[in-house]
Amino acid sequence: MAKSTQLETRRPAAVERPPAVRTGLLGWLHQNLFSSWFNSLLTVVAVLLLARVIPPLLNWFVVNAVWTATDPAACKEASGACWAMIHEKYRLILFGRYPYEQQWRPLLGILVLAAVIGVSCNRTFWKPWLADAWIGVLVVWFVLMWGGVLGLPFVPNNLWGGLPLTLILTVIGLAVAFPVSILLALGRRSRMPVIRVISVGYIELIRGVPLISLLFMASFMLPLFLPTGASIDEVLRAQVAIIMFSAAYLAEAIRGGLQAIPNGQYEAAHALGLTYWQTQRKIILPQAITIAIPSIVNIFIGLFKDTSLVAIVSLTDLLLSMRQAIADPLWRRFFVEGYIFIAMIYFCVCFFMSKYSQYLETQFDTSRSR
Amino acid sequence: MAASTASASPPVKSSGSLWRNQLFRSFLYQVIALVILIAVGAYLISNTFANLEERSIRTGFEFLDREAGFRIGESMIPYRASDSYRRAYTVGVLNTLRVSALGIVLATLIGVLVGIARLSPNWLVVKLASVYVETVRNVPLLLQLFFWYTVITGILPAVRQALSFRFLPGVYLSKSGLMFPTPVSHPIHSYMLGALGVGLILAWVYTRWAERRQDMTGQPSQRLLPCIGLLLGPALLVWLFGGAPTAMDVPTLMRFTYKGGSSITPEFLALLTGLTMYTAAFIAENVRGGIQAVPWGQTEAAEALGLRRSTVLRLVILPQALRIIIPPSTSQYLNLTKNSSLAVAIGYPDLVSITNTSLNQTGQAIECISIMMGIYLTISLSISVVMNMYNRYVALVER
Repeated sequence: MAKSTQLETRRPAAVERPPAVRTGLLGWLHQNLFSSWFNSLLTVVAVLLLARVIPPLLNWFVVNAVWTATDPAACKEASGACWAMIHEKYRLILFGRYPYEQQWRPLLGILVLAAVIGVSCNRTFWKPWLADAWIGVLVVWFVLMWGGVLGLPFVPNNLWGGLPLTLILTVIGLAVAFPVSILLALGRRSRMPVIRVISVGYIELIRGVPLISLLFMASFMLPLFLPTGASIDEVLRAQVAIIMFSAAYLAEAIRGGLQAIPNGQYEAAHALGLTYWQTQRKIILPQAITIAIPSIVNIFIGLFKDTSLVAIVSLTDLLLSMRQAIADPLWRRFFVEGYIFIAMIYFCVCFFMSKYSQYLETQFDTSRSR
Repeated sequence: MAASTASASPPVKSSGSLWRNQLFRSFLYQVIALVILIAVGAYLISNTFANLEERSIRTGFEFLDREAGFRIGESMIPYRASDSYRRAYTVGVLNTLRVSALGIVLATLIGVLVGIARLSPNWLVVKLASVYVETVRNVPLLLQLFFWYTVITGILPAVRQALSFRFLPGVYLSKSGLMFPTPVSHPIHSYMLGALGVGLILAWVYTRWAERRQDMTGQPSQRLLPCIGLLLGPALLVWLFGGAPTAMDVPTLMRFTYKGGSSITPEFLALLTGLTMYTAAFIAENVRGGIQAVPWGQTEAAEALGLRRSTVLRLVILPQALRIIIPPSTSQYLNLTKNSSLAVAIGYPDLVSITNTSLNQTGQAIECISIMMGIYLTISLSISVVMNMYNRYVALVER
């Protein structure tokens, strides 16, 4: 019986239909767009949708857009986007109220910061000198921004704004929070109950409340915590809130890394007679942080986006400086262009970082599976 | 510290031996940590009291019973400006909960759809879904909220020219929000609610019966359709026997505004849209990751057993994928709830916005902010407790 059916199926191939085309454009279309009736339906719906949405968008974005005009009236007549607004206001958007003729300084600062971030992205440069380079770059950055030395006029930091402020809030936030978060993560895994309770309490308290409430706390309560008469700068207040916030999240990322370290590593270090801190510094943390790097990069992305919240406590970061730029009654109606412009800045940074974190994940994966 | 080498040699000094005692050292460290914590706390508190005294700011929570004196744009409970701060806070909490609860439901629906779309064999659908996810995830939520808010208040037509929809009669969208019809209140509605409760019990009993039957006899029985029928049937019957009232309160255009029906304010609409779109993108990634993490062999094995595609998905893939999807989704739900605090930026009267107003009026920053943080902590903890319970329910039971 079985044999006969087997024979049955081995009839001459002449009656069989040729297999569907699998190569070339037609094959690709068949495989990717029309493989079943449901898929074909989806394709048709999607194409119809795109056909309705894309042409008007393209018209608005490019075809009918006004690229350069100093007069908003020219934009009013056109039916497209008014990129002239960006052209007119980009320095206000990017640098806020920083003195106009001094704006090369924040620009240079951004470039230096971008350069060192670019270098840091290359794993071959992950050496001790990179930390020194970072410290040097931050010193250069603050000298550039504040001035007051080397013949640069002093610029108080209530005039800082735009992209430099957003960047520095993120970078300083992470840099200061990082050592704190390592202590918190170690504390959370400590065998000493008091230390553990303090760490867990801090981490869960901060992670349980929104960043805004921390920013509110920093801007309304921090001045009350200081000795009477002392005052604290507004940028610093927001910075403190961001540091407190990111420390808790970073601590959880590092704890994830710590948990991935097998017990044998601790035991081996113990057998070698290393102390607790030697074990952590030389054996455990290097491995744990390497494992945690992708999630640390993700926290960096989140933090970069979250710094936009300082706009709510009236710091002119990129978001608020854009809103101030479009408050100009002449250009007010072109707010969508402004939002798209800064959305693109945020997008570029975050997209690059998220692709980088994915790249790192694959890198670490292969190194671990070998 | 001192005990760097495992000492085979005897302790040199008697004080050294105490220092080398691990228990003693850990005790000492803890005492030091506690002392530092208390000292810093005491220092901050004494500063705070000195400052409060200097600025003659009142302390204590008795302000909660004073008259708030400000109006709130929208509220789920009756509220007047002459009500107390306590009532104002309640309004804020309810508004936060309302937008969070709706946002969580909508974001889950959209997120699951988009997550599945990203795994579709259809190239175009995959690309569309990825563009959505990548764009939304990489732009700050606050920016998106401002964008939606300005789009709603700046681009949508005025009330008189409100957009209407061919397939949804009675629904209007305009600068001043979304208006939609609601059923006219009828005594039968409360009975229908009771019948819905009865339906819930019936559906539960049926499910238990079907489970037991399958365990005893191996006979599977239809689950979904009877359950829906049992759930909604009683309410539907009550409605039919009650004379089937169909009167709807449809919004109609008066001179300047729409009268009747219900409406959603532009602030709420912008906040809900922004939160939903943003969180849905993250949930979509969780869903995609979770489904992809189920090994392909599971699908093949299930198909080899002769299960249908839908059954494979329901009985083999989803139970395993859910285990991976739930923990990160929990933190997304928490994020959504916490992110609803951005409402303050677009003027939706949520908890933060009420806190902000109260704080500016009373000057009692510490009390106002502590109340706000306490409430957020409670909400966060409750969500994680509920989700952890659900997680335990679906988690792998290892034998």
